[in-house]
Formats: sequence, structure tokens, C-alpha cells
Amino acid sequence: MASIILFAPLVGALICGFGWRFIGEFAGQVITTALVFLAAALSWVIFLTLDGETTQIVLMRWIDSGTLGAEWAIRLDRMTAIMLVVVNSVSALVHLYSFGYMAHDDNWTHHEHYKARFFAYLSFFTFSMLMLVTSDNLVQMFFGWEGVGVASYLLIGFYYRKASANSAAMKAFIVNRVGDFGFALGIFALYFLVDSVRFDDIFAAGPGLAEMTVSFLWTDWNAANLVGVLLFIGAMGKSAQLILHTWLPDAMEGPTPVSALIHAATMVTAGVFLVCRMSPIYEYAPQATAFITVLGATTAFFAATVGLVQNDIKRVIAYSTCSQLGYMFVAAGVGVYSVAMFHLFTHAFFKAMLFLGAGSVIHATHHEQDMRNYGGLRHKIPLTFWAMMIGTLAITGVGIPLTHFGFAGFLSKDAVIESAYVGSQYAFWLLVVAAGMTSFYSWRLMFLTFFGESRAQGHGHGHGHDDRAHEPHESPRVMLIPLGVLALGAVFSGMIWYNVFFGKEEAVRAWFGMEAAAHAEAGHAETVAAPAAAEGHGAADTHATDTHAAAGTHAAEGSHAAPAGPPRGAIHMGPDNHVLHDAHYLPTWVRLSPFVAMLIGLALAFQFYIRRPDWPAKLAESQRPLYLFLLNKWYFDEIYDVIFVRPAKWLGGFLWKRGDGGVIDGGINGLAMGVVPFLTRLAARAQSGYLFHYAFAMVLGIAILITWMTLTGGAE
Amino acid sequence: MTPADLNTLLPEIVLALFAMSALIFGVYTGKDAVARSLVWATVAVFVLLALWIATTGTGARQAFGGLFQDDPFARFAKVTILLSAAAVLAMSQDYMARRDLLRFEYPVLITLSVVGMMMMVSAGDLMALYMGLELQSLALYVMAALRRGSVKSTEAGLKYFVLGALSSGLLLYGASLTYGFAGTTLFSGILSQLGEGVPLGLLFGLVFMLAGLAFKVSAAPFHMWTPDVYEGSPTPVTAFFATAPKVAAMALLARLAHDAFGAIPGDWGQVVAALAVASMALGAIAAIGQRDIKRLMAYSSIAHMGYALMGLAAGTAQGVQAMLVYMAIYVTMNVGTFAFILSMTRDGRPVTTIDALNQYARREPLRALAMLVLLFSLAGVPPMVGFFGKFTVLKAAVDGGLVWLAVAGAVASVVGAFYYLRIVYFMYFGKEASALDREMSPVQWVMLMGSAAIMVLGVVNLFGIEPAAALAAETLVR
Amino acid sequence: MTIADLAFYAFALVVVAAGLMVTISRNPVHSVLWLILAFISSAGLFVLLGAELVAMLLVIVYVGAVAVLFLFVVMMLDVDFAELKGEMAKYLPMALLIGVILLMQFGLALGAWVQAEGAPGLRRAVAPDPAQVENTRALGLLIYDTYVYLFQAAGLILLVAMIGAIVLTLRHRKDVKRQNVLAQMWRDPAKAMELRDVKPGQGL
Repeated sequence: MASIILFAPLVGALICGFGWRFIGEFAGQVITTALVFLAAALSWVIFLTLDGETTQIVLMRWIDSGTLGAEWAIRLDRMTAIMLVVVNSVSALVHLYSFGYMAHDDNWTHHEHYKARFFAYLSFFTFSMLMLVTSDNLVQMFFGWEGVGVASYLLIGFYYRKASANSAAMKAFIVNRVGDFGFALGIFALYFLVDSVRFDDIFAAGPGLAEMTVSFLWTDWNAANLVGVLLFIGAMGKSAQLILHTWLPDAMEGPTPVSALIHAATMVTAGVFLVCRMSPIYEYAPQATAFITVLGATTAFFAATVGLVQNDIKRVIAYSTCSQLGYMFVAAGVGVYSVAMFHLFTHAFFKAMLFLGAGSVIHATHHEQDMRNYGGLRHKIPLTFWAMMIGTLAITGVGIPLTHFGFAGFLSKDAVIESAYVGSQYAFWLLVVAAGMTSFYSWRLMFLTFFGESRAQGHGHGHGHDDRAHEPHESPRVMLIPLGVLALGAVFSGMIWYNVFFGKEEAVRAWFGMEAAAHAEAGHAETVAAPAAAEGHGAADTHATDTHAAAGTHAAEGSHAAPAGPPRGAIHMGPDNHVLHDAHYLPTWVRLSPFVAMLIGLALAFQFYIRRPDWPAKLAESQRPLYLFLLNKWYFDEIYDVIFVRPAKWLGGFLWKRGDGGVIDGGINGLAMGVVPFLTRLAARAQSGYLFHYAFAMVLGIAILITWMTLTGGAE
Repeated sequence: MTPADLNTLLPEIVLALFAMSALIFGVYTGKDAVARSLVWATVAVFVLLALWIATTGTGARQAFGGLFQDDPFARFAKVTILLSAAAVLAMSQDYMARRDLLRFEYPVLITLSVVGMMMMVSAGDLMALYMGLELQSLALYVMAALRRGSVKSTEAGLKYFVLGALSSGLLLYGASLTYGFAGTTLFSGILSQLGEGVPLGLLFGLVFMLAGLAFKVSAAPFHMWTPDVYEGSPTPVTAFFATAPKVAAMALLARLAHDAFGAIPGDWGQVVAALAVASMALGAIAAIGQRDIKRLMAYSSIAHMGYALMGLAAGTAQGVQAMLVYMAIYVTMNVGTFAFILSMTRDGRPVTTIDALNQYARREPLRALAMLVLLFSLAGVPPMVGFFGKFTVLKAAVDGGLVWLAVAGAVASVVGAFYYLRIVYFMYFGKEASALDREMSPVQWVMLMGSAAIMVLGVVNLFGIEPAAALAAETLVR
Repeated sequence: MTIADLAFYAFALVVVAAGLMVTISRNPVHSVLWLILAFISSAGLFVLLGAELVAMLLVIVYVGAVAVLFLFVVMMLDVDFAELKGEMAKYLPMALLIGVILLMQFGLALGAWVQAEGAPGLRRAVAPDPAQVENTRALGLLIYDTYVYLFQAAGLILLVAMIGAIVLTLRHRKDVKRQNVLAQMWRDPAKAMELRDVKPGQGL
């Protein structure tokens, strides 16, 4: 079944990409969509029936070279199941949505066939993403990692006639290369240290890595921390965290379904997935996780501030994505990987929905993306409005405080913030502030778009629709159905799965297939025993000789000497990791804080954009430097342009014109056009046809050899 | 002389007897009328002998007190020689018959030449070496001049003969110097007499013998005969020159170097390296100006001999193995290429100019593709087998400490790629020119396609010749 | 100095002088004649060494057959050697230079000549002791037993030479009428001729 899920999108992509000429464009679209729906359905079956045990399905032997061995295998556990559901569901809905969204496109003329290409790319992306999440070793993961990079590049640059789309695609690709370089170094480092790229071997080596030091960049590092940081650099690139985030807003140049699928729900979460997948390493890398926490929190804050002032509807959501990814990293950083996955899971639904809703708005307004030109769309596209409303309620975290009833974002985001309070005060405060800002910009989006008066400035700039079409119109049903389905997820996914992601620790452990923690019900950190995993060195530290532990540790008895096996479960939480537990015993004000922040944001947005629409302009005027600072995204692009892009361009130009053109081309050309023909003519002249010339050459040859021998006296 | 001696020598004896009976048969029956059947009989005998040698031979034996050696190395070379000779003979039958050149002496001469080659690769003594060499060469001289009516062919034969005599003189002079030093002509005896210092006289003997053999493998600067003889000889004879004798001479060189002078690899290694680098450079550079595909193949073979010598220059078992693999690949490529050249005719007359191939791909896409594969392989473009041949010799050179030689080889192969790719360019993008004939004899077609297929499919494991070559090299380099 | 020594120096001088004359005499026929003289003198040297069989072979084969064949060839081909030499004169300085260089180095090698320690022993080991076996028999043993392989190989080489000579020169000219001796001998005069009585003024 897992193989079918994995290969269905690939088959679809191949059939549609190469075969649409034979079967027709529409048939290609239908086939890809049907196959992805099949995959999605099977994913849900797996998700709901999985017992939490890790199973591996080997598809073929892949690499077998010395100690470097890797199978092409599917690693099926809770993590994979979650990702399968997320990827396939969103992908299937996006495929369906694209039927409507891509039906007409002004970027293409009538007889250009772009649809089959689009659907093939989408399916190819889905396949690559599945490769990534099902991988059983780092090399396979890297393969999927790069595959989604390529698909992302192709889809961002889908409108390849637009210069801005091309440069955005290149930017995404190049910035991701920086992260991938870190990822690749991380893989090398792990292979160097563990002598294997298989997850099982690597996970088993986690405790050992924590005690090793390696020398890298002239410094001695703790091995686990080094690996953790290197892998996280890869995650930073893919998940658009600070420093490497600049490509994500620009990636909105791609068609909106792409933004929903790749740049909101799936690919950008690959970094979070990586960190959670590698949790057995991160558990032993305290500095690396601290780094992740700080960077994630900072990103969440930074992106939220920038989101406050953006005017392009997709960019607002893009920065919101960036910000929410920061939340996930904070959760992973403080050690509650289940919460990171929880937020990933819920976020996929409501963010994909927001994007698709935005796409629906854009579709309705004929590819107008500036929110200042919207206004009052509530009555014209009511279904889209309600969908967006649900999405906004979800992302801002609306729910009943101190209970477990609320929209998906309410549960998952609060879980993140509560965990952050336990793990890091810095992250906690930034996240709370960011939550307020999230609320502000989300409501700002809603108010600007759907409320107030229409600010549309006549669409008379001449694309060939008739007059009726200038009015905003509701999207076709194929676009609304996905919105509806996602709305279900945005409303209920948090409540349904709250317990298994962020409930009692036993439930979470069972859900992820981890060993049952020997947990003292008295509920204090000191008495939390180590899980009865077969961690080699950990066994000595199991001071808490609880009876539970004794019962569950028949395997751990002899583990002082026995080689450590990999810890069980999709994620791993070390014996000293009590964050998940402690997060349930917090002061009430902490648990209320995100809700309060949300209310403040809502109130401010209401004040600014409904009651006093002139305030934003005034505020921008009075705080002009701050406004520009935010509008220009903290000047990251400008700084990069000065520090990296221009020197690189100059260097490239220099190497091209002078180095390549002058020295190498000149040298090669000089050699090819000058020296070699000269030698050729010389050789031709020597080949005179006269016998005695030939004999003379032979004698000359032997004379030279003899003289050489006389002078050197043979080899020494 | 004992029955065991004769038994060891059995394949050679069988072949010599076959040649003589074929001669008598031809003379007493229909003369040239039986030539066609004699050719096929010879091909069959070659193939059967190759199979016999390949399957039955085990271990290393000596005959006639060490004059003759039968070991895995000799067997590897013999099988290669026999098969390539059979292939060339089979595909030349049609060409020779059409040009009225198919005389019954032709297969007989080839057979005797092959006997000579087999004696060469089994030589364990300077005299045996010389006998084999002369038997082979003399038959080749005659074959070069086989087209009596053509001035070019006669001239080719004469040039080859005179220069060959000169090279034999060099070889003999070197051999006598060596004998003067060692007091014996047996390789094993020479090896036993090599001590600490190497006197200048022995070095001279070594250099002279290497020069004489370098002539046979057409290594620069003893290559001058090659382009003229290749161009002047009938094309099937050229194809023969380019294949089996090269293997024999190269194997002989390896045997002399390792069996007789194995104790001083540095001394001959540097000479061989010098020959190698000169050959590679000259083969690459001089071929660029060529307009005649046979002359081009001559320079190509000079360059390829340079690469084979590079493997030998390393002075290691790995080097010998690389050389053997390289030669086997080289022979296969040349068989295919010459099968194509043999089929190049316009209005029934053979054409050998390169620009006759203009736009060939449009008319014969399959053959052009096969030729493209072969030319890419000759140029050493991955993933063709030719690349792996080059790679193994380069690796052997690097492992043998001859990095500079490997670098020179890599540079030369880049330059050399130009002229192979130029043919491809002509075939696919050339100007429109009057078309070549479409017909091609089935044997030639099979050889062309088979050789091209091997160049692609052999990537998998080189058809398992590497272990055989490794075994052969092991017996030679102890 | 014994008679044998005297004879040795006489023969040796003649061989060297004749060899020189072979190369420098202008008339090729003279060259061949000088060559014959050189062969005969060498035969004398062999006799002095006690190798009478080799001496006789030299006289019979080289003088009697090879040299005479050379003579025929030279006279039949009628090559103008003077012209060739004129062409070569252009390259003489260069050739001389190379020759001198080579010669100097050979001199060096000769000056530093050594042979391996085991070489004399190996040299003697091949042939039977001349004191016990007369040299004809010794030669026979070597040629037809120890080195029969080489002997047969040489035979094959000669066979190739023969085939080559025939292949390259023999022509079956179909446009020339050849004498058929048997046909001539079996010709029956009675059938070949018919006598007719022709009447004057009528014709047949």
C-alpha cells in the first residue's frame, strides 16, 4: 500500500508529462488528479490504522559501496503517516483546485498547452515530497529533498515569460543550495562519524555522538551539536528560517495553487520534519536545539512584523507561513517534537486553505493581488469569504481558553507557546507578541479584502473578457470543494488529535510508538524515569528505579555492554526531556497569554481598518522609518544584494569575461587555433613520403634515446 | 625435443600445417577459385583454435628448454589475435572479391602471419622472438603490396619492407648487445644475470630492442611508415595491420620487458613512457590535418598505442592488465570501424575521404549511429567502453607513480577527441554531398553493429575480460 | 707469429677492405664482386677457427647462390645508384653528425663494457664441448634438436618469402599466346594437314 502511495504520483507525472500528446491534455489532468486522490485515500487508511510501530518496506537495493550502503526503502511510522496524510491530502485538493484555477491563464496564448505541464510538475513534486518523508536513510532523503527543490524551481518559474518569475525561481533555488550545502555537510559528518547513512544506525549512535568531538573549521565541536547545526542549516533553507528566508516571499510569483501546496503546506515544512525525524540526535545536542529555538522564535517574530505592512495578499500569507514555521521550530527546539508535528499538521490545513482562498479571491478579481484594491468582496464571493474566515479564525487561534475546544490553530499554537514557556523564556515572549501580530495582520487581510467599500480601480486595462466578467465573481465548484474540505480540517483537526500530539505523555508516546515512559504520577520532573529504551549509556542513569521501568526494561538489563539499538518510535524524547510533561502544569496566565494577544491584535485591526481607516496611513507617516523598515522586510534583500549578490555577480562577470573568456577561452583557442594546427602542419611536413626521411626519423629517434641513456645512465 | 614440447606447441603446429595444406590445396585445385572457401575455412580454424586455447589451457608450461612459453598471458594474447584476425578476414572477403584481389595466397599469408604472432607472444628467447617477428612481418610486407597494379600499394609494401628491415636490424643489434652482456638469449637467463648496476652497453641493447619493437607497434618516433602503409595497402589488409599484429607486438614488448628485464623496470619504463607520450601527442596532433579516413586511422592507432604503452610504462601487474584490456578494447573498436570503412563505396569504387561521409546520418541513421558510438569510444567519451580502457591505463600510470604521463595522456585524449568528433560532425551536420552506396555486406554489417553494441553493453563488466587479463598479467609480472 | 696468425690477419684485412670497397665502389657490379671476396675471406676465417662446415656453407650458399643472385638482380635492374647518392648527399652533413654522435656513444659503451658474472658460463653451457664432439655433429645437435623450433620457424619464414615472391611477381597474362608443349607433341600431322588438288583457274 505504501508503495502505491509513493508511486502513484510518479506514474501520474510520467503519464501526464510525457504522454499528454497521446492521451490529450484533459485526460492527463484527470489521471494525475485521480492518482493523487488514490494516494490520499490510502494515506488516510494508513494514518488511521497504523499501530505506531516502525516498519520498513525495502523497494530495492540502491547503493552498496564499501561501508556506504543504502536501500531504497519506505520507513513507515507515525511521522511518515502524518506527512503522508498532509502531503497527499493537500496535494489532491490542490490538483482538484487547479482544474478551475488554471483553466484560463492570461500568461499563455490560446494554443499553448501549459496545463499538462503544470499537473505533471505538481505530481512530480508530490512524488519527491513523498520520497522525502518516506525515506529510510539520509541519502534517500537528500534525493527527495533535492527533488522538491527542483519541482519548486520549476513551479515558481512556471510563468517563464515573466522575468520576475524566473528570477524568483532562481533565487529560491540558489538560497536553497546554501541550506542544502549545510544539509550535505551534515550527512557527510554523520557518515564520517557513524559510518552509515541508515536512520537506524544513526539513531542508535545518538548517545555516542554526544560524547565525541570533531574538528571542523579549525574548531573542536561536540559531534552531536555539529551535526545538529549542520542539518538545521539545511532545514533553514528549505523552511525559510531567518537568514535564508528571503526566497519564500518571492516564491509567490508561482501560480497560487503552487503556493498553497509547496510554499505553505508541504515543502517548507520539510525542515521541521527533518528536525523531528532526527530527534534521536537532537536529544543529545543541547546547544543545537537552543540555537533552533532562538532562531525559530526570532523568525516567528520577524516574519510577523513584516507581515503587518505588506499589501500583496499572497505575501502577507507567505510571511505568515514563515512566521508559523518559526513556531514549529521553537517547538522542536525545546524538545516537544510531537507539538512541532501537531502544528505542522494543523497549519497545513488552514494555511493551504488561506492560500487557496486567496487564490479564489485573485481568481475572482482577475489576478489582482494588491489588497488596497479589494474591499467589500464579502457579498460578491460569499463562499470564499467564509472559507477565508474559517482559515483566519484557525490561524489566529480562536477557541475557548483553558479548554480543548477551538479551531485547529488555537490548540496547536497554544501548545507551542506553552511548551516554549517551559523551554525558553525568550522564545515564549517573542511567540506571544508574534501571536498578537499574527492576529493583527490576519484580520487586516480579512478587513481590507472583504469589508468596507470596494476600492477596485476599473479593470479596464484590456484583457479580453467581456464586461460582465469585470465584476468579481464566485469561483467554480472545483475550486470551492477543496476549500470546504480544508475548512473541515482547519476546524476539527486540532480538537480530534489534540490528545495524541499534546495530551498526556503516555498517549503521545504510544501514538508515536515510543517506549512507555516510566512516569511517576506524582508529576514532578525529578521523578521522571528514563524510558526503557536500550540506550547504552542511559541505562546507568536510570536512577529512578520505578517498578514500571523494571517491568518494561527486560531488554535494557544487559545494555551496559551490548551495542545500542536505535530507540523505538518515530520521534525520540530523551530521559531528561520533561518539557511535554511540564507544559501541562503552567500558571493560568501563561495559558491565557496567546488568547489575550490574539484579542489585542483583533481589536487593533478592527480599530485600524473598520472604524478608523485613516489611522494606518497616519501611523505610517508618523513612524516612517519603522514603516519603511518593515515594508522593506528589514532590508534583508538589500543587504544580501550588497554583501553577496553584487560581489558574486562581479566575480562571476570577472571570471566569465577575463578568466573564462580571456584566459581559458583565449588559451584554448590559442592552443586549438594556433599551436595545434602549427604542430599538425609540422607533422604533415615530416610525413613527406620519402623513405629516407622515415629511416632518418627512426635513426634520429634512436640517437636521442641513446643520448638520453648515456647522459642519465638509466634509472636511478 | 620431446612429445611434451610438441604438445605444448600444438596450436601453432596445427595452424602451420593448415597453412601449408591450404597452400597445396590451392595450388593443385582451382587456384583463386577456391580462395573464397579457403577464407571461410581459415576463419573457422582461427575461431576454433581460439576457443580451444581459451578453454583448455591451464597453468604455465615451457617447451624447447624455455624457447617457447605457454602461459595465461600468451593465451590471452593468442585468443585476442586469433579472434581479431578471424573477424578481419571474414569481413574482408567481400571487399577483396569485388576488387579482384581475392587470391588463395591471401588467407595462407594471413595464417602464416598469425602463426608468427603466436610465436611472438609465446617467445621465451631472443631468437624465438626474432623468428616470430620476422615470420609475421614478412607476411605483412607481402600483403601490403598485394594490389600489384597500384603504385601506392607497391610503394607501401616497399616502404614497409625497407623500414621493417631497418627495425629488424635495430632489434638484432640490441639483442646482440644483450647477449654480449648476459651470455644467453633466454629471457629467464637474462633476468638471472641482471644485478645491481646496469652497464651502458646493456642499456643500449635495451633501447635498441625497444626501438625495434616500437616500430612494430608504430610508436613515435618509429611510426613514420604507418600512415603511408595504411593508406596504400588494400583496406582489408590495413584493417589487419591495425588489429592483430599490434596486439602481438604489444604483448611481445610486455613479455620482453617483464620476462627478460623485469628486474630493472625503471630503465625500460622511462623509455616506454617517452615513447608513449610521443605517440599520444603525435597521434592526436597529426591526425587533425588528415582528409583520408585510413590515414586518420593510422594516426589513431599511433595514439592508441601510446595509451597502451602508458599502461606498460607503469611497470606493474596492474599496468600490464590495463594494457591487455586496452588492447582488447582497441581491437574491437578497430574491427567495427574498419568494417564501416570497408563498406564505404561510391558507384562500386572504394572511397576513403572523410568528406564523403557528409550527411551520412540522414541516409543511414542506424549505421551512422553505430559509427558514432565507435568514434565516441575511440575518443574515450564516457560511457562507452573506450573510456574505461583509457581510464584503466591512466589509473595504472597514476598508481605506478607516473602522474605526469597520465596528465599528458588526458590532454592528448582531449586534443584527439577533436578529429573523431569531426567525423561525427560530418556525418550528422555536414554539407550535402554525393551519396555513398547503400549496400554493405552482411558480415561487415554484423561486425559494425556488434562492435558498436559491445562498446555500449560492455560497460557492464567488459564481458569479463578483466579477470582474464589480471590472471595474464599476474603470470607475467612476478 | 705462427702461420695461422699470419693467415688470420691476412683474411681479416681482406674482409675489412672488401667490406669497405662494397660500400664505396661506384659500380654496383663491382660492389657485388667485392662482397664475394669478403665472403670467401670470411670462409677462410672460419676454417682457421676449425669450423669447416660453416666455412663450406659460406662458400657454397653465400658465394655460390646468394651473391650470384645479387649480381643478376643488380645487372637486371640497372639502377642508377649515382643519382640516388646525389639526392642523399644533401643530407650528408646531418647524417654525419648523427653518425658521429652515435659512434661516440658506442665508443663510450664499448669502453665501459662489462658482462654479467655468469655470462661466460652461460655461453659455454649451450654448445657441447668441442673437444669431445666434432663441430658438424655439434651443429646438427643444436640445429635439429635443441633449436629445432627455431629451425622450423626459419623454414616457415622462407616459405612466406617464397609465397610472397610468387604472389607479387607471377602474372597469368591471358593476352599472350603461350607455348603448349604437349599440344605440340600430340599433334597429328595427318589431321593437321589436308591436301587438296587445286585446278588452275578454278580455286576452291
